[in-house]
Amino acid sequence: MTFTGHNGRALPWALVTPALAWTLLFFVLPFVAMGLSSLTAHEGDGFTLANYSQFFTDSSYWRAMVNSLEVTAIVTVISILLAYPFAWILAEMVPERWQRLALMLAVLPFWTSYVVRSYSWLLVLAQNGVINRALTGIGLTAEPLQLANTRFATVTGFVHFFVMLLTLTIFANLKQLSPSYRKAAADLGAGPVRTFLHVVLPLTLPGIMVGAFLTFVLCIGDYITPQILGGNNELVMPQLVMMQIGRRGDFPLASALSIILMAVVTVAYLACARWLKIERA
Amino acid sequence: MTVNARNPLSALKSHLAAACAAAALLIAASGAQSADLNALIWCDHSDPALLQPFEEANNVQVNVKEFEGTGAGLAIVDQSQPGDWDVMVIDSIDVPRGVEKGLFEPLPEDKLPFADLFAEVKMDKSTIVDGKRYGITEKFGYNTIGFNKTKVDPADMQSLASLTSDKYKGKIAIYDYYLPVIGMAALAIGKKTADLTEADLPALKAELLKMKANAKLVGEVTASQTALATGEVDVLVGGGEWVTAGLAKENPALDFSIPKEGAVLWSQSLAMFKDSKNKDMALKFIQYVLSPEGQARLATSACYWGMPANKKAALSDEQKKILRFDEQPGFLARAQAYPAPNADLDKKMQDMWTEMLQAQ
Repeated sequence: MTFTGHNGRALPWALVTPALAWTLLFFVLPFVAMGLSSLTAHEGDGFTLANYSQFFTDSSYWRAMVNSLEVTAIVTVISILLAYPFAWILAEMVPERWQRLALMLAVLPFWTSYVVRSYSWLLVLAQNGVINRALTGIGLTAEPLQLANTRFATVTGFVHFFVMLLTLTIFANLKQLSPSYRKAAADLGAGPVRTFLHVVLPLTLPGIMVGAFLTFVLCIGDYITPQILGGNNELVMPQLVMMQIGRRGDFPLASALSIILMAVVTVAYLACARWLKIERA
Repeated sequence: MTVNARNPLSALKSHLAAACAAAALLIAASGAQSADLNALIWCDHSDPALLQPFEEANNVQVNVKEFEGTGAGLAIVDQSQPGDWDVMVIDSIDVPRGVEKGLFEPLPEDKLPFADLFAEVKMDKSTIVDGKRYGITEKFGYNTIGFNKTKVDPADMQSLASLTSDKYKGKIAIYDYYLPVIGMAALAIGKKTADLTEADLPALKAELLKMKANAKLVGEVTASQTALATGEVDVLVGGGEWVTAGLAKENPALDFSIPKEGAVLWSQSLAMFKDSKNKDMALKFIQYVLSPEGQARLATSACYWGMPANKKAALSDEQKKILRFDEQPGFLARAQAYPAPNADLDKKMQDMWTEMLQAQ
């Protein structure tokens, strides 16, 4: 069956309509509602910018954004540094027949919920946890170290999860890379290090950036891990959003903070997309 | 900056509320029948040991939806259709917030065991509005000092000053709920929780910052309980029987004190919705929860323990001992209610709490 003329023009629209309707219903409309809500006062009528001005004038609110960005940047960088060698080993050194098993092991952390994983790390890092008992047991430290309820603990919990996410995206990129590139570089006299730095790494940057962006988005939007592992000693933005809802039900302020968080994610996306052309990756 | 304009948001909000209502109820009451009871509850009410006897006796299914914080609970109601919910658990001090929104039905005092309740927890100032009672206290306890008695000097725990002394620096956790802990800070500086005003905020903030300087973490219910149970900290500011009683069998070293300055009384109430389609069953449910058997089951719920509001609760001797039932008259005499700020002061208190959390 072929579609020509009027029918031919209608078919593409018919095919994309479900996706458009889905996006409109579950993204655009809620986003517009949230945007409008952010312009209202918690008590009383009328439009106001007070929710936004509070963010920019209250140092503790602003500090939450700084904390979020710092933690996210640290997690993303560490995850990349750990994931790339891991993906390289998987793609280049593990025999093909074992790669599937290795990949399954890599995604195992995704099978555990955020909450369970975070509490598990809390028990590992606690004063009486595995690490401190080992350190004091072998005499490396006299007193237990303060590991839990710190930024270190938050970053550790995040990295545990996201390093695997990045490994998968980089692994996929490495597998797509034709061996011809490396052969050509070798033919032209490049050693392994130069080949990696000038050929392999640039060609796998899109995979790194896709993974890095996913890490950025998931990390900056999560409040569970900082809540449990960070000990609430420094707030991040999602925690601040949750605080507005709990007792006071201040949805306008929570909406404004969410919009600001979303704006940061959008800027990150635009920066990544423009720089590395993620859409063509 | 506020721009006065005709606000189209109320219409939008009502449409959104209607759209969200079905989803909220579907989640809570999938498979519900018209005779079911739909209850907005805290986690202690989802214990099957509490609900099953009522369901079997009345041939009814209780559909529950858990929430944390009055704001979140009222938001669920806002997003529901009138009549979707029958009963709600709510902080006693927040009952007037529901009444102001026109949500609750006055309760028939003659059909509920008010005479059997501890007099101090009836909370008439909150649960009675314009001469009508809209809530009945079902469970209560104290935000006070929870501690491990093998790690600290129990005598120290008789004073709130210990929380800011160097002796327990790094050994303290703070429960992450601003109202009770601000209440404890008020008691520590000699203020009454009922009299707090904006003028008290600087002194309260200074006290909170001193506590924070001593604290290893500020945690919600599970995190703070875990910290105390695993030995990460030895003292929990804002803790109490709700933390230690449930762990008493596994860790009898955990205890709580009501210091000489006093403690903050928490109290939760049951309220019935004005638009409930099943008011008879809703009343039966409230009567059951307030009965001696229901009170015993609620007090020892798997989620958290707390004192039953009814003095005749059918607790075993061991359970009474763990809850320190016999000491309640003395505890209640020294306890003060949660701070109940107006909306403006509430906002300032939460901002102060945010500052405290960010303090290094």
